[in-house]
Amino acid sequence: MFDILQARIHQKHRTIRFPDAPPPPVPDRFRGRPEIDTARCVEGCRACAEACPTNAVAIADGKLPVIDLGRCIFCNDCVQACPQEAIAHSTDYRLAVREHENLVLEPADALVLAEELGKKMKRLLGRSLKLRVVSAGGCGACEADVNVLGTVGWDLGRFGIQYVASPRHADGLLITGPVTQNMKAALLDTYAAMPEPKVVIAVGSCAISGGPFIDHAEVNNGVDSVLPVDLYIPGCPPHPLTILDGLLRLLGRVDDYKTTV
Amino acid sequence: MTAPSELLTTRNGEAVALEKIPRHDLAAFQRIASGAVEGGQRVASFFGYDAGELGGIDLLMVLANDEDGQLNILSTSIEGNSFPSMTPDCNQVHLFEREIAEQFGVRPEGHPWLKPVRYQASWRPGRDAWNRPGNQPIVPGSGDFYRVEGDEIHEVAVGPVHAGVIEPGHFRFQCHGEHVFHLEIALGYQHRGVEKALVEQPAKRALHYAENLCGDTAIGHSTAYCQVVEALSGCRKTVRAQALRGIALEFERLANHIGDLGALSGDAGFLPTASYCGRIRGDFLNMTAVLCGNRFGRGMLRPGGAGYDLDDAGIEDLLTRLEAGEKDAASAIELLFDTPSVLARFEGIGLLPADVCRELGIVGPAARAAGLERDVRHDHPSGIYRFAQLPLPTWNSGDVFGRAFVRWLEIKHSITFIRDQLHALPAGDVRAVTGPLKPGHLAVSLIEGWRGELCHVALTDAQGKFRRYKVTDPSFHNWAGLAYALRDQQISDFPLCNKSFNLSYCGHDL
Repeated sequence: MFDILQARIHQKHRTIRFPDAPPPPVPDRFRGRPEIDTARCVEGCRACAEACPTNAVAIADGKLPVIDLGRCIFCNDCVQACPQEAIAHSTDYRLAVREHENLVLEPADALVLAEELGKKMKRLLGRSLKLRVVSAGGCGACEADVNVLGTVGWDLGRFGIQYVASPRHADGLLITGPVTQNMKAALLDTYAAMPEPKVVIAVGSCAISGGPFIDHAEVNNGVDSVLPVDLYIPGCPPHPLTILDGLLRLLGRVDDYKTTV
Repeated sequence: MTAPSELLTTRNGEAVALEKIPRHDLAAFQRIASGAVEGGQRVASFFGYDAGELGGIDLLMVLANDEDGQLNILSTSIEGNSFPSMTPDCNQVHLFEREIAEQFGVRPEGHPWLKPVRYQASWRPGRDAWNRPGNQPIVPGSGDFYRVEGDEIHEVAVGPVHAGVIEPGHFRFQCHGEHVFHLEIALGYQHRGVEKALVEQPAKRALHYAENLCGDTAIGHSTAYCQVVEALSGCRKTVRAQALRGIALEFERLANHIGDLGALSGDAGFLPTASYCGRIRGDFLNMTAVLCGNRFGRGMLRPGGAGYDLDDAGIEDLLTRLEAGEKDAASAIELLFDTPSVLARFEGIGLLPADVCRELGIVGPAARAAGLERDVRHDHPSGIYRFAQLPLPTWNSGDVFGRAFVRWLEIKHSITFIRDQLHALPAGDVRAVTGPLKPGHLAVSLIEGWRGELCHVALTDAQGKFRRYKVTDPSFHNWAGLAYALRDQQISDFPLCNKSFNLSYCGHDL
């Protein structure tokens, strides 16, 4: 008993104050939203598009590069390939959006961050969102950073959000992985087992586009090829802050947030 | 003992010309391989590949001689649609043979439990080991399961979707009340076609496949991949790069071991350590992010070296974090092992004794917990581990306690290793240039990931492109160990047993 108390004192109270206080700092080398300084782009250069392993960067003839954050695995290959040093990852962790097309960014576009649920859904789920998590081909990284939000450091429960053990208890489905052919049926069964109304959240580049496994015959290219998706959270994996930010935006729990960045 | 000409001897991280690999007829191949395993060698990898214009398939086996630090390679070829199974004489190949059957549509006759491994279509259209119609989808988890019959016997089926935030798999228990007679595990739900993609997709995706094969082992698998490329291109990496890779690999081990000890504590109903370790695991993931910007080590590895260097401020930052992490981990984990109610739940549960580990080819902490001194860093060292040796802790109980306690000992050694390396980081560049891959060669790369041995084998074609890329995650060896450990246990102890192994679904399913 004494040992337990001693350890308790040593470990202290460590739950982050976010969103009431600034979030814990991300590391200096954190690879958040990629940004292209297109003023530096040289006509005819395709280095970034050719280096990108998932074709997240596309350059139409005579045009400037377009980045698809849903395909991006935040890997640094385009940054290293760019002869003009025009690409860099910002340390901005906010990436979640409501519409798939909002993930594709023309150079001049601002990212339209996720808006809150409609009035009726927000009234139903805004203060209590129970999520069933299904990994459908996820590598375990997204799962780990979804899971970490449940630990004492993040304490997701304080927002009324909880991961539940059965789809019967769930208001929403949080999905990771590209949706392998071998998980498609189980995923659709889980969705069907949830009572209406329900939301679907796709976490990570696999769940949004297939990620590194895009266009493999063994996978479907992300959740919205089989189910309607209400929230897209990009990353490989998304940082826990990115996931939390997305969930809180969906629930309208942070009023003072900017909606575009 | 086998004559030298029967096997080609190489070492971890070396390339050999394909033509030098001895080719035997199937009977001789099986006799030599069984003999080597009886003599104490281990099947590190065993796989098929297209024989080329001849149309048949070739089989290649990598045997690990842990005592001498050598890898022994031999090959054979198969014609027709079947071959006599070697499993009855050599249990270690049971899953490898099932995999060969599934990937190439050839039937190992006499295999005692010939079921699909991943419920994927054969790579050779029109050939299927189970004669399933080619126009119908393959349903994962289908087919017969091992059954125990009796009036009071019941079957418990769990998965593929589980209650927690974990990957999918199907578990089928044969029970009498709480008592488990048999557990059969059906996987494949996570199959993403990675091995095939490593050959067919553009080379720029290869490193990212390695990083995403198994998310909690991104450093381990990407190190194994880089080592393959470096061996095949004759690249010499700098000592500084090797040290940074070692640091990253040990951080990965620390984060996972600490997280698992917390989860084991939670499954035993002891919440203090469960809560603390969940957070401390994150602290160690954040240390990896200091190295390379990503909590799971993505971007840290590059063929030829490392993707990121570390400056003095970074070293200082990591040393400070490491010291705090060490104190927090010690406080949380010593509490776990000092609590009698926890020990009562850990001791004598989920037994996997040394002889079974040897027979099944179990690797990693699960083998060391049963007393086997089996660790790639020790037996087949590559990179920094040739210069800096870690102690090899073992325990002799082979139970949940053993698997937990070995991990705690490894945590302490990994922290010491990282601190030593950070204090004496060699000078120099972090990345060397890798040239084209040698055509017609093979390279074997072993890395001791936190779960155990990762084995990557690559074969190149005449143009120096991958012709076959074989990945063996430690989970591939160890899932059978978990099934064994559940025998004669209470079904309510399954979570505890499962977590004490914490095997990867996607690492197995590829």
